[in-house]
Amino acid sequence: MTADTPVAAPTPPGAGIFSSSSAGRAPAPEPEPARPAAPAGAPSPGAPGAAPAADGRHFLALEGLSREQLLALIAASARDRSWLALGEPDRSDLAGVTVVLAFIEDSTRTRTSFEIAAKRLGANVVVFSSTASSLNKGESLLDTVRLFEAMGAALVVVRHPASGAPAWLARQLTTMGVLNAGDGTHEHPTQGLLDLLTLHDAWEGRFEGRRLAIVGDIAHSRVARSAIAGLTTLGARVSVCGPATLLPADVEQLGCEVAPTLEEALAGADGVMALRIQHERMAKGLLPSLAEYARVWGLTPERVGLMAPHAVVLHPGPVNRGVEMTHEVADGPRSRILAQVANGVAVRCVLLRRCADAVRRPHGFTAALAER
Amino acid sequence: MSALTLFRDATHWRTGERITLAVEDGVVVPAPRSPGAHARVIHANGAVVAPGLVDLHVHLREPGQAAKETIESGTRAAAAGGFTAVACMPNTDPVVDTPTWVEWLRRRGEAAGHCRVLPIAAVTLGQRGEQLAPLEALARAGAVAFSDDGRPIVNAGMMRRALETAKPTGLPIVCHEEDPGLKADGVMHEGFTATRLGLGGIPGAAESVMCRRDADLAELTGGRVHFAHVSAARSFDALRDAKRRGLAVTGETCPHYWVLSDEAVGDYDTNAKMNPPLRSEADREACLTAIADGTVDCFATDHAPHTRDEKSRPFAEAPFGIVGLETALALTLTHLVGPGHLPLERAVELWTDAPRRVFGLPEVSLEPGSQADLVLFDPEAAWTVDPEAFHSRGRNTPFAGWRLKGRVLVTMLGGRVTHADERVGFERPLTAEAAR
Repeated sequence: MTADTPVAAPTPPGAGIFSSSSAGRAPAPEPEPARPAAPAGAPSPGAPGAAPAADGRHFLALEGLSREQLLALIAASARDRSWLALGEPDRSDLAGVTVVLAFIEDSTRTRTSFEIAAKRLGANVVVFSSTASSLNKGESLLDTVRLFEAMGAALVVVRHPASGAPAWLARQLTTMGVLNAGDGTHEHPTQGLLDLLTLHDAWEGRFEGRRLAIVGDIAHSRVARSAIAGLTTLGARVSVCGPATLLPADVEQLGCEVAPTLEEALAGADGVMALRIQHERMAKGLLPSLAEYARVWGLTPERVGLMAPHAVVLHPGPVNRGVEMTHEVADGPRSRILAQVANGVAVRCVLLRRCADAVRRPHGFTAALAER
Repeated sequence: MSALTLFRDATHWRTGERITLAVEDGVVVPAPRSPGAHARVIHANGAVVAPGLVDLHVHLREPGQAAKETIESGTRAAAAGGFTAVACMPNTDPVVDTPTWVEWLRRRGEAAGHCRVLPIAAVTLGQRGEQLAPLEALARAGAVAFSDDGRPIVNAGMMRRALETAKPTGLPIVCHEEDPGLKADGVMHEGFTATRLGLGGIPGAAESVMCRRDADLAELTGGRVHFAHVSAARSFDALRDAKRRGLAVTGETCPHYWVLSDEAVGDYDTNAKMNPPLRSEADREACLTAIADGTVDCFATDHAPHTRDEKSRPFAEAPFGIVGLETALALTLTHLVGPGHLPLERAVELWTDAPRRVFGLPEVSLEPGSQADLVLFDPEAAWTVDPEAFHSRGRNTPFAGWRLKGRVLVTMLGGRVTHADERVGFERPLTAEAAR
């Protein structure tokens, strides 16, 4: 998850692939007295005696994953996609595994996608929806998830409005694995992986030399951060563009380029990802109006035509038709928006299975529970 | 009844001379040629003796927030850090906006006995920025300054009236400079780390534009403005300009702003979350420059204890603030004096004479007749920061596990030892009674 997370590559399926919370993992290196930077491994406040969690049972971010790890996940997802698409009967990979979907923020499509993936693999699924305000801050979320942990649930899929909340939760849990289903404006790594799978198809498996344009609200987009992390690791270039109010500070340090106009971002690109515009941005003075946004940053057939002939159009959904793109673009031949949705189920099957394997691997999670 | 105490073989903080410092009846006295048998001797072995440190910016959390800190624990931490006086902020529950609470704080401070407690009273009732607190009565009750710390006075007209009203008291208004519109939903410095972590950013301009405004208001009113915890490069510029214009504007900065930058937030470390936030490397360098060129008038800690539970939340939900009293001197010696940014005597001055001047507190020196508020420290002794060993209730420090140089050996308040390191040699055993 952070750049210093040790990840062994390449790895056998399921082992060491996933980010793990870093707190309490490594012994603190001796801080250099003269160097004014935080010493790595200093005890994290949220993690008094937290589980080491170096066993790959969490999936928290694309940042920090290696090229080999990403390619392995893409390949595995492509395999799962075929049996899912063929309408085969459900599998039993996750038989006996309870998966909690803890959505502390509304999300019909991500939650449904996880739910379908878990059920197709034979898991027991518990949906826990709430809002942050009714939960009274993160503490009660932790209490609630600990209840599920005590009941023997193996995995929790977390959607949370606070950036870093899934990693924080992962540090507190003893046996359970945590999957990040979107945290604040940080990352949405399962979305990032389904985007990589979609582009893998469109780009015939080659990321080097390709370029994706990302348009819109970069500042508030966890989708963009995961896409940038994944694509740059795989050797593709990313150009971001959008209203100056919605570009985060020093964004180019993430490894992307900043294009001054949509047209320049699109020219010759191998694909474009339009980000959803939230209506609340207007109230905060970040946008004058949706019409103005659509005029300057909306995808039209003409603008899309500036891209390479094989280029595709992505959108994390749901699309504000007429704002981020016209319906001709959303439903047009370059659109891969529904393919993204289909790929989401396959990607989540892979991640659920691997996290569950990591939870069960050493001696079974019930045994681990009994040892507490 | 206070017996004669001798600091033998101590190094004078300013002159560097080896001296024997004598204290009797709470004041510094000329060193006797032949001390009597009753004299208690502290063998300094060359350790530095200086006036007790003063912190113009701490949060003692009482009344109302004793889970975070109490006057007892906070002032005990202050003594351990070499402080003999702390000015405490009024953003408590309730807010210190009445003479009664000011008096209560002073009395509680005296009862605890570890350190002088100098209450800072609110500028506006409830720190709501709507109606002025009774500034004259608060000053008479013993307030040393006014501040709506943590709740900037947004309305420039209200700030003007506050400066005009405070002016006859002679006390400064301590300003937490922050434009709420620019802060917006920010929880750390605006920059690459915030972008990477997906956290809302607070630009340096959120602080500096308010510094500029309040410097102009100091000029308009002739009132006294003190910038709290200055963190941004442009805020140091604003302070520098205000001095050039001859305005009654002063400013403090804190150790974390010259030691750390926003990268220290790392992987959502809530112990690196404070307001103003840790800023960019360029801001950190500007802080060092402003310290070296005399722009910064004094140091302060902004000691802000919180409970472990409060800090154990996702970053955006955790409260702002870190503790600082027990690491301040060592961070100064290790990261300012050690690398040569500042000579020892200037660094010590910024924790002693300088803050006393800013708040107009009685002068303390090593000269006979001065009140014996003293600190003895070994600038070379290395130690490892262990939050569990803090006297403060707060454990929220980004410096846990850091190896620092500079250890407080003895703190003395009005001739009484309020803190003694276990390694200090006393010629006569230090009894509990003597220690009090």
